[in-house]
Amino acid sequence: MIQILIKEINVFLDSLIAYIIISVFLTGIGLLMWVFPETSVLDYGFAEMGSFFTLCPYIFMFLIPAISMRMFSEEKRNGTMELLLTRPIRDIDIILGKYFAGLFLVAFSILPTLLYYYTIRYLGNPVGNIDTAGVAGSYFGLFLLGAVFTSIGTFSSSFTENQVTAFIIAVFLCFFLYFGFNAISTIGLFSGISDQIDQLGILYHYNSMSKGLIDSRDLVYFFSVISGMLLFTNLILRSRKW
Amino acid sequence: MSIEVKNLTKVFNTQVAVDNISFRAQKGEIIGFLGPNGAGKSTTMKIITGYIPPTEGTVKVCGFDVVHSPIQSRQNIGYLPEHNPLYTDMYVHEYLRFVGSLHISNRRFIRERVLEMIELCGLKKEQNKLIRALSKGFRQRVGLAQALLHDPEVLILDEPTTGLDPNQIIEIRGLIRNISKHKIVIFSTHIMQEVQALCSRVLIINNGRLVADDVPDNLKNIQKESIIISVEFKEKIDPELIKSIEGVLSVKQKDQFILVEADMDVDVRPAIFKFAGEKGFTLVGMNQEANSMEDVFRKLTQN
Repeated sequence: MIQILIKEINVFLDSLIAYIIISVFLTGIGLLMWVFPETSVLDYGFAEMGSFFTLCPYIFMFLIPAISMRMFSEEKRNGTMELLLTRPIRDIDIILGKYFAGLFLVAFSILPTLLYYYTIRYLGNPVGNIDTAGVAGSYFGLFLLGAVFTSIGTFSSSFTENQVTAFIIAVFLCFFLYFGFNAISTIGLFSGISDQIDQLGILYHYNSMSKGLIDSRDLVYFFSVISGMLLFTNLILRSRKW
Repeated sequence: MSIEVKNLTKVFNTQVAVDNISFRAQKGEIIGFLGPNGAGKSTTMKIITGYIPPTEGTVKVCGFDVVHSPIQSRQNIGYLPEHNPLYTDMYVHEYLRFVGSLHISNRRFIRERVLEMIELCGLKKEQNKLIRALSKGFRQRVGLAQALLHDPEVLILDEPTTGLDPNQIIEIRGLIRNISKHKIVIFSTHIMQEVQALCSRVLIINNGRLVADDVPDNLKNIQKESIIISVEFKEKIDPELIKSIEGVLSVKQKDQFILVEADMDVDVRPAIFKFAGEKGFTLVGMNQEANSMEDVFRKLTQN
């Protein structure tokens, strides 16, 4: 697994993709956080990072599929999948190696935004007047959200040779899982079970983490979605044998 | 060390790609897979390497079943797939190191092996180039280098010489011959001369079935009842005259040559010589066409 992980990270860093993705992410979130008046913290008047954690998932929805779309599609198209699959390694090692490489890149792109926390902390009146626990919980939630989106991206990359298809499917699945269930739960028809439907989506669990509360139920939810997606990926790789 | 293929069958949906093939191979053998396009050569190779599983039958590489203990069997196989897929964005030595890391855990040993392979495959000048920048011949060498890197007992090469120029073909063949002494090499090809030049054993596959399994020299001498002798006279003579010689089946004029088809069991050449002397013709040339692998191939694979 570790060999695949190293190779994937090298591929990211050797190509421009990683740098473009990280700079687009940081520029985008920087503009939204500090410049655009509508969402700017400076105009908001409260020393908190709420807007960052609300906006981030929507940026991730596009950026993470862009990172993960090539993972399997490219190898399938170039035929290098055959090279990997005839090596003395298990299929799941290939999947995990690629998945963690993607996750590494996601974590790497979130890292510089920790600076925002310090900035806001010093902008506060009095200095340090920020809900640190809330921010920590939110960051943890954001990382898990990134992990879920990466697993979705890995999965959708595994069943097509076409990177664009992989990207579009991943964006849709991310959007649906994040926001879709929440929206459906507001339909009058489901008023009786709206809570249950809401809990199927990521938004519910993400919001609960933003409060700085790390609940085992939310963790179980995130880890089940991730492992489910990776198991589906494994299933699709194995389907060549049917 | 051996390969054991037993009653191997592969069915894709309804199409039978490989139909009950069995063979065994021992150390030191170079086996040539011959067959028309779509005969099932690549499929057989993909099954041996564990890329796809067989529908029926078993394959054992060095005693390890490719389905039940894939990790161990793959550790013993070096594989060069058809079309030689490579990571074109990687540097040659980077790619070889990556492949090495999948087989070998000792990093220093990987580095040593990569250097050895670069030397062996003649990639010294190209080792710091991107694979994308390499010509077809050098890419093929990279493919061969990655297959040899972990010093496997078994080498599976799917059309290793396609798209190479004649010099490169001879070099690659030399390479294969050199490394084959302590290994089993299975390679597929369309080129008959290659089989004659390289193989210690030929397997001809047609429509998924094994139609021949023998050493190349034996194969050449089977399957023919008649033989063609081309004769050239200084004078212009009527071909019909030669027909009277015993053992001659048919006679054809082709340019200045007369092609004489004769019975396989009778050597008619002395009779032709005598015939020329008796009739007062000047015999300028006589050439018995050798039975080539092409003929055997055509005979065995034409339906």
